[in-house]
Amino acid sequence: MSEILLKIDGKEVKAKEGMTVLEAARSAGISIPTLCHHEKLEPYGACRLCIVELESRGWTRIVVSCVYPVEKNIIVRTRSEKVDRIRKMILELQLAHAPDSFILQDLAKEYGADRDRFEKEPSFCIHCGLCVRYCAEVKKKNAVGFVDRGIKKEISFIPEIASKECWNCKECFPLCPTEALQAAYVLMEALISPPPSFKREAEK
Amino acid sequence: MSRINSPDELEKVRQEIISRENPNKPCISICAGAGCIASGASEVIAAFKAEIEKQGLMAEVNTKGTGCPGFCERGPVVVIYPEEICYLQVKPEDVPEVVSQTVREKKVVDRLLYVDPTTGEKATHEADIPFYRNQERNVIGNNIKIDPKNIDDYLVIGGYSALAKTLSKMTADQVLQEVKKANLRGRGGGGFPAGTKWEGSRNAPGEPKYVIVNADEGDPGAFMDRAVLEGNPHSVLEGLTIGAYAIGAHEGYIYVRQEYPLAVENVTIAIQQAQEYGFLGKNILGSGFDFVVKVHKGAGAFVCGESTALMTALEGRAGEPRPKYIRSNVVGLWGKPSVLNNVETWANVPLIINNGADWFTQFGTDTSKGTKIFSLVGKITNTGLVEVPMGTPLRDIIYKIGGGIPGGKKFKAVQTGGPSGGCLPEELLDLPVGFDELTKAGSMMGSGGMIVMDEDTCMVDVARYFLEFLTEESCGKCVPCREGMRQMLKILTNITKGKGKDGDIELLEQLSETAIEAALCALGKSSPNPFLSTLQHFREEYEAHIKEKRCPALSCKELISYYIDPDKCQACMNCLRKCPSEAITGGKRQIHIVDQEKCTKCGTCFEVCPHRFHAVRKISGEPVPPPIPEEARTIVRKSKEK
Repeated sequence: MSEILLKIDGKEVKAKEGMTVLEAARSAGISIPTLCHHEKLEPYGACRLCIVELESRGWTRIVVSCVYPVEKNIIVRTRSEKVDRIRKMILELQLAHAPDSFILQDLAKEYGADRDRFEKEPSFCIHCGLCVRYCAEVKKKNAVGFVDRGIKKEISFIPEIASKECWNCKECFPLCPTEALQAAYVLMEALISPPPSFKREAEK
Repeated sequence: MSRINSPDELEKVRQEIISRENPNKPCISICAGAGCIASGASEVIAAFKAEIEKQGLMAEVNTKGTGCPGFCERGPVVVIYPEEICYLQVKPEDVPEVVSQTVREKKVVDRLLYVDPTTGEKATHEADIPFYRNQERNVIGNNIKIDPKNIDDYLVIGGYSALAKTLSKMTADQVLQEVKKANLRGRGGGGFPAGTKWEGSRNAPGEPKYVIVNADEGDPGAFMDRAVLEGNPHSVLEGLTIGAYAIGAHEGYIYVRQEYPLAVENVTIAIQQAQEYGFLGKNILGSGFDFVVKVHKGAGAFVCGESTALMTALEGRAGEPRPKYIRSNVVGLWGKPSVLNNVETWANVPLIINNGADWFTQFGTDTSKGTKIFSLVGKITNTGLVEVPMGTPLRDIIYKIGGGIPGGKKFKAVQTGGPSGGCLPEELLDLPVGFDELTKAGSMMGSGGMIVMDEDTCMVDVARYFLEFLTEESCGKCVPCREGMRQMLKILTNITKGKGKDGDIELLEQLSETAIEAALCALGKSSPNPFLSTLQHFREEYEAHIKEKRCPALSCKELISYYIDPDKCQACMNCLRKCPSEAITGGKRQIHIVDQEKCTKCGTCFEVCPHRFHAVRKISGEPVPPPIPEEARTIVRKSKEK
C-alpha cells in the first residue's frame, strides 16, 4: 500500500506514499533545481523553479514538484522544452534582483538564462523565504518575517526578537541563495535603526 | 421573541406576523443600500419619517430602509406599497409632496417617475422600467421588499421555509442531490459545481467540517455580493445552514471585507436574530441539528478572495495562497474539509430547495444554470446591479437593460470577470453570458463585474491599469506572479508612454506563459488575462502604440497633443482663460495657439471649446502642424468687413 511506482525521466522510481515528486526524484538520484526548498522545512512552492511536466490519465500539465504528491503510474519529465523555457524565464526574473548570486549564475548557465534580460533592481532578496521559514519552523523564534505584499514584499527582522536571538544563531545566513549578504544586511538595518514604532515603544 | 422549535411553529409565527399588518397599509420602502446611501438615502429616510410624523400618519403608514434593488444610477430609489409606485432620485425636498400626494391622495408624482429616454414615456412601476423589465431577479428581487435588519420581513416573504423543509423532510444526501441536479455553479469566479464541492467535503475524512461564505468581494467596480449581504443577509444564512446540514458541518464563517461596514452590520444583526428565533444554534427547529456562524472581517487584501488564501487569513495568518494540490473541500480551514462558496451561490440555495432543481434549471444554458447578478458599470447609461438568466447575450445586458453608452459615444469593449478577466469587443456582443462561453472568448465570468468601455478608452491602458491593480494585490509569494507582473507592468507602462519597442509583445506573451503555467494560485495564473484578451481582440492598438507611437483612442497622455485648428478657432478665449498652465496664446480676434512645450495635456481646452466650433483636436502619431504665422492670426469677421 505504501509503495508507489512512478516513472521519472524514463526511470522506474519507487516512492513512499506522501512523498513529493521532488523527494522521489532526488531519492532516485534525479536532480531537479530548487531555490526555496529545504529538507527541514515545509514545502513552500514559491520559486516555481522545480516545475516538471507530469502525465497522468492522458493529461500532460506543469506541476510544482516540491509540493505535488506522488501518485501511482504518473509519468514525470524533469526537463522538456517548455519546462526549460519557463525555468529560464524564472531565473531571468530573479537575476534582475540578485545578479551576482552564484547559485543563480550556475543555473543561468545551465538554462541559457540571460542575466541582463530585465532591468536590474538589485534588492538581493529573491523571496525564497528560507530565512523566514527556518527561523519560524526550526528555531521557532520568528525573528525574521515578511512585510508588505506583492512587489513591495521584503524580509525584515523584528528588532525586539532579533536583538536577543540573532547574535548567537545566524543559522539563516548560510541558507540565503544570494550569498548571505541580504540577511546580514537586513539584520544590521533592523538593529541599527529600529522602525519608528519601536523607537516610540522604547522611549516610554 | 421566543425560540421557534419546529417547522409548524415557524408557519404559525409567520402567519401571525403577516396577520399583524394590513396588506393594504401603505409602506414607503427606501433603498438603504450603500449606493443609495451615498446618494443621500439616509436623509430621505429621515425626511420621510419626519414628514409622516408631521402629517400624523404614524399609525397608518410604515417606512423602512430596505436592501438594494439595483438601480443605483437613479438612486435613492423609493417604492410605495401597496401600489408599488417607483420613484427615482428622490431628494428630501420631494418628501412632503410624496407623502401628501401619493400616500394620502393616492396620486402619482409624475416628475419622480422613470422617463424612457427614447420614447419619453413614463413608468409608474418597477416592472414597467426597461432596466427591471428585462431582468430575472430571483436573488435580488426581494431586496426592496425587506428591511434587512428585521428578520420578520424575511419571514413574511417565506424566509427560512427552505431550511424548515430541509431539516424536516430531507436527508443530507437528498439536499446534496438536489443541488447537484440544479447544477449550481460557484458564482465567485471559478464556476465549480457547488454540489460536487459539497459532496467532496461530506465524503472527506476529518472532523469538524466547515462551511464558509466568501464575501471578500474585491474586484474594482463589483458590488453584487455587497448588495445581497447588505440587502438580504438571511437568505445567505439560510443557504449556508442548509449547506452545513448537507455536508455535516456545525460551524460556519462569513469572511467579509471590513470595507463593507453595512454588510458586516446587517449580517451580524441577522445572525443574532436568527439565533434568537432558533434558526441558528442548538437543535435548530427541533431537528437536533446544531449550527453556529461567526463573522470574520477581512483586512482588505484582494488575494484573500482566493479560497486557500482566505482560509489562511481566517486562521489568523498572512493571507497567502497555499501551494497544495489537495482541494480545500478536503483539506481546508485548519486542515479540515471546508466548503467555501461565495455570497450569491449560498443565496441561491434556499431557492433551489424551495422551488426544486427543475425550477432552477429552467433558467440558463446547458452548462450554466440559473440567474447571475452582474454589476454593470463604466460607460453605461444605467449603472447598477442586474440579474439575468445565464445565457443572456451581452448585447441585451448592455443595451436593453443598461440603456447603452451615454453621450452618443460608440461601444468599444466590455470587461468581464474582474481584474483577471478579459475585454470583449463589439463582434462578441451576441455572446451568451455563461461560464464556458466567456472563458472560450478569452474572458471569464468571475464574480460578475461588467465594465463597459467606449471609444475613448485605450485598451493598452486598460490592460496596464488592471495589471497595476493585480501587481499591488499580489501576495508576492511566487516568482511568476510577483516578478512576472512587475516586468509586465513595466513593459505595458512603457508602451503607453510611447517607449514601446519591437519584441515587447513577444516578451509579454512569454511572461504570460510563465504566469499561466507556473504561478501558484488563480490570481497569478489569471494575471496575464487583461493583457492577453486585449491583445487578442485589439492587437492593432498595441502595434499602433509600439510602431507608430500612436494611441488610437487618443487617450494616452504621452502620445497625444492638443492642437487648435486655425480654420475653426473663433478666438472665443474660452480655452485661453481656462488653461491651467497658460499654454495657450492668442487674444481677442487672434487665433489661439497651444504652446506644445507648456501644455500638460490636461484636456481642459478640449472640453471647454464650444461644440459649434469644435476647434480643439487631439493628435496622435503625427507631428503637430506648425503654428500659423503671426500675420495670419487675426480673424476678420465677415459682418465687420462691410
